[in-house]
Amino acid sequence: MKRTSNALTIIRKEFARFFGDRQLLFTTVIMPGLLIYIIYSIMGSGIGKITSEGQDAQVNVYVENMPASLAPMLMSMDTNMILEPFNAGVRQMVGRVEDKDNNIVLVCFPEDFDEMVQSYTPQSGVKAPNVEVYYNSANNASMRVYAEVTALLTAYEDGMSNLFDVNRMDDPAQAYDRADIDDVLGDVWSKLLPMLIIMMLFSGVMAIAPSAIAGEKERGTIATLLVTPMNRSELALGKIVSLSAIALLSGISSFIGIALSLPKMIQPGTDGLGLSFNYTFNDYAVLLLTILASVLIMASAVSLLSAYAKDVKNAGTMVTPFMLVVMLAGLLPMFQNGASDSLWIYLIPFYNSIEVMVAVFAHSVNWAAVAVMLASNAVYTAIAIWGLTRMFNSEKVMFGR
Amino acid sequence: MEEILKVEGLRKTFTLSAKQQKIERTKERRKVAVDDLSFSAYRGEIFGLLGPNGAGKTTTLRMLSTLIRPDAGDAELDGISVVNKPEEVRARIGFLTSELKLEDFFTPNYLFDFFSQLHQVDPATAHERKERMFARFGIDRFSEVKVANLSTGMKQKLSLVISLVHEPEVIIFDEPTNGLDVLTARTVTDYLQELRGEGRTIILSTHIFSLVERLCDRVGIIIDGRMVSCGTLAEVCDGMTIEDRFFELYKSVKGGEE
Repeated sequence: MKRTSNALTIIRKEFARFFGDRQLLFTTVIMPGLLIYIIYSIMGSGIGKITSEGQDAQVNVYVENMPASLAPMLMSMDTNMILEPFNAGVRQMVGRVEDKDNNIVLVCFPEDFDEMVQSYTPQSGVKAPNVEVYYNSANNASMRVYAEVTALLTAYEDGMSNLFDVNRMDDPAQAYDRADIDDVLGDVWSKLLPMLIIMMLFSGVMAIAPSAIAGEKERGTIATLLVTPMNRSELALGKIVSLSAIALLSGISSFIGIALSLPKMIQPGTDGLGLSFNYTFNDYAVLLLTILASVLIMASAVSLLSAYAKDVKNAGTMVTPFMLVVMLAGLLPMFQNGASDSLWIYLIPFYNSIEVMVAVFAHSVNWAAVAVMLASNAVYTAIAIWGLTRMFNSEKVMFGR
Repeated sequence: MEEILKVEGLRKTFTLSAKQQKIERTKERRKVAVDDLSFSAYRGEIFGLLGPNGAGKTTTLRMLSTLIRPDAGDAELDGISVVNKPEEVRARIGFLTSELKLEDFFTPNYLFDFFSQLHQVDPATAHERKERMFARFGIDRFSEVKVANLSTGMKQKLSLVISLVHEPEVIIFDEPTNGLDVLTARTVTDYLQELRGEGRTIILSTHIFSLVERLCDRVGIIIDGRMVSCGTLAEVCDGMTIEDRFFELYKSVKGGEE
């Protein structure tokens, strides 16, 4: 009779357990992505609201001593603005600006502003005439008008005595910043995404591995498996592979959640950078391999700890310090400039996958480093399977209390 | 009589925790659970290991089923060593104790197929066995009910059926009627006799005298990890009831200890 692989039978059982349990499926695969999407979207629209709410409201601009030279420009500035010249009670007006519910901006020119400006020379050593613009930064409409008024005043000043410009944009296509937009974004992504990916994969592993191993031990169901003729190594392999696959699904779900909500989080156009994600097929392939390698090694490590733990609760306690170390490793790219060049770095489990991800996102993949990372992770996973086999064989670990 | 199980000089010690040392009022770090145990079982018989709690019965059965390794000695099942070829031994035995649990999430139907696969039973044979065994134990009506929702008795019967998916030559049964209601206990003991009728060998452990008298062809009495008497029921009893004989042996071993 053809022998079916017991590891495969175990993997099928783990999948049947996982996919047959709607609640488990929902909490580990669907919920992380959904939750991230909802939270980030709400945060994104919240941030948008904070910066734009009431921005278009009508603003009363009170101008003291309106100079004849500026009046036409100020009057034609904005449709949503009511210009009200006044010449007294500035103090009282300032008090009204302090109430953020009043859409008010107060512009105070010195008396005889035009003459003062005409006769002023910087060489005289006297302070230049000063225009006071009172506004309330807690009121978005007030902020907007303040920005417009100051821009207009600055332009007016430039027009009077322009000696030279810096980086004038005569041709809109002309860019003085010569950085490649991909490099700029690559730097951002390489600092941010490896940590996110690692955290998501790890939480996926945490959601299932302790119950699949420590839980089976606690419930006495693993002993039933141990009296079958199956090799313990097949059990170890089956567990690690199935847990990795499920954790990967959970990680992918979180990733989709992030990918869909990022555009809402970072409003395009606010900083001139659209959210482009410009990577080649090779980049994606390396990323996928790296994610596979890291999820395997995470599942291995958490499985080992779970097998050693007395029960699920104990497993959680044991994994927590380990999780913190991995998260810290995920933060390291923030403090460094691109991926490391020394190959031995790529021998360090967990950190090696983070570094390769940094390289991928920064468009600087080093194939030797990728090879070292993949090979060393394969070795570590093999060692973990061997170790888990030993533990399944150990009566102290399996039956000791 | 064909010898199918030969146990020779089995020994197992456990390390005591400091607390346990205090409870047992001993300075010894190691406790001998099974001490130089030897016996044989023959094809087609029910062999009973009789002894009080803590005598080493469960430890012995766990060594025979390769869940734990003996410190010394060996047992050969049909000539195969439990120490050197545990996988082969496990393929030939069915081991059942109340400590072996089935996953609550799955149905009897799924679990039977799953364990059949792990025992490399081909699907057609497995299907035929499942129909027959489920009908025999009345599990057929519950075959799609999750284990979590089965009654305790039904769970026990399912555990028994699952442990026999590969129709093993030798069935090792730790305390077969422990925790069972009278009806289920009767079903189980009847089935054990049926298995013996098919020529299968059953090794069971118990502390219940009546069970030994009703079921066992041969019996070994274990006290403090040592085999103090072993043979056919008649040989061991020596004209007395098994209960009287046991207490006689117990007194002679323990002496004025207690």
